[in-house]
Amino acid sequence: MSDYIFYPGCAMESNAKAYYDSLMEIAQPLGINLQEIDDWNCCGATEYVGINLIPAYSLIARNLALAAKMGHKTIISPCSACYLNLAKADYYMAERPSLGEKVNEALAAGDLQYTPGSLDIRHLLDVLINDIGLDKLKEKVVRPLKGLKVAPYMGCMVPRPDYHNRWSDAEHPTELFDVLKAIGAEVVDFPGAATCCGGHMTQIGPETAYELIRRLISSAEKSKADIMVTVCPMCQLNVDAYQGETNSHFGTNYNMPIVFFSQLVGLALGFPPEKLGFGSEVTSTEKALAQIGVDIPESAIAEGKKRQQEGLPMPLCMRKTTTSESKHAEEAKA
Amino acid sequence: MSKTPVEHVHARLDHDEDLSLLNEVSMKTAGVSRLEMCIQCGSCGGSCPSEMDMDHTPRTLFAMLRAGMREEALLSNTPWICVSCYHCVVRCPQNVHITDVMYTLKGMAIREKKYRDSTAPDFSETFVDMVEKYGRSYEFGLATRHYLKHSPLRMIRTAAMGLDMLKKGRLSMKPTTIEGMDQLTAILNKAKEMELAHE
Repeated sequence: MSDYIFYPGCAMESNAKAYYDSLMEIAQPLGINLQEIDDWNCCGATEYVGINLIPAYSLIARNLALAAKMGHKTIISPCSACYLNLAKADYYMAERPSLGEKVNEALAAGDLQYTPGSLDIRHLLDVLINDIGLDKLKEKVVRPLKGLKVAPYMGCMVPRPDYHNRWSDAEHPTELFDVLKAIGAEVVDFPGAATCCGGHMTQIGPETAYELIRRLISSAEKSKADIMVTVCPMCQLNVDAYQGETNSHFGTNYNMPIVFFSQLVGLALGFPPEKLGFGSEVTSTEKALAQIGVDIPESAIAEGKKRQQEGLPMPLCMRKTTTSESKHAEEAKA
Repeated sequence: MSKTPVEHVHARLDHDEDLSLLNEVSMKTAGVSRLEMCIQCGSCGGSCPSEMDMDHTPRTLFAMLRAGMREEALLSNTPWICVSCYHCVVRCPQNVHITDVMYTLKGMAIREKKYRDSTAPDFSETFVDMVEKYGRSYEFGLATRHYLKHSPLRMIRTAAMGLDMLKKGRLSMKPTTIEGMDQLTAILNKAKEMELAHE
């Protein structure tokens, strides 16, 4: 077992729960021991840094300072934006020492400090390939995903801007392709592999976002993919949850599921789909998974319902509306 | 006697170029921005996936900074349409930190209240408010507050999707608060003090 510091990031405890659940399942058999940073905070996404520079870098650096106390050197981040923010703060604090000094002065107000360059900040995909290795992954495969045509979607912030030359190519990275091959999937030629999903534009400039999402899904469809696979919570959310809005905007009828790579790795390692967060996607994966003889049981959806009860109960009438609406949409599709 | 081309250039260069805006933006950017190194090749705009919705390509915007066009540059929607995909950054032959320059321009526009449409600045500010209050992002609070203010109609249209996300355990109706909120607040307050002194 190799020990790593784990920075999950906010999405892992909410909209990317499937990513978290599937990672927790596959970590043990792959020999990845994750020690979560105690009391980590949000990395500020792409928002904080557009408001206030020193506070934004101090926000990120609190996590680095907490991590540096843990006695290991390598942080794993599964979220692309978190990964880039941590890596960027570390790099810029070293590149421009005056920034590093100011951030440390702010950290001192919370009795913390961080020496730039003292941690290795890595994305989960990089660790899987370069530390664990494809050979070990192949050894563990008990259910090769033979016959599943997958579009490998890496997105932007993992291969770019790549401060430490860790990735194969900034525009045509091969890492995700290699992992999917190793678990037996049929990887399609997907020109959109490292293009943008629109990021937060779904919230502030939806038409710009819809166009980027349309290009991606159309590219995956043309490549004859059954499913898209991502390494990033934001990419999954945009392509999955905003696919309906994109369809209404363009009058298209796309129905392209998108899941996290850890979910497919989990299937290949023999875990049941309900343990890997399948069923929580908005655009159903049922048809795609049927290609490899995997059914998502009803209990997977019920599991989601149980979690919701931790929050405030929703009025029953609203639930009914959604159910009938989704039925209506199903009928229209058929 | 008419001037030779070289004399023309020299005549233009007689007075000092005012690079104060360019320098200001460069200094306010994280790391070493290398903004001064832009050679106006246009690789940035040619690589940009959302360029179609921008007022100016990044190249034009950087030329505007060089020309000291403060008002026009800060009013441009370009930094707000930037999707942070870093395509331009890896293609820039001069290694200009273009995405980070866009963040700097957003911050300057917010501080000087130079924007035509407040949707994007408000979204960033709401996000930051949530993080400063809880230490973690809080999507449900962010989405409802943002949609109520800027697009109540869209909120109704996306309600079904939101409920689906809730049902599937992907949207929490309660924020998560970190334990070290006092520590984080102390750090951010100190950082904000320095940010003001930095200007």
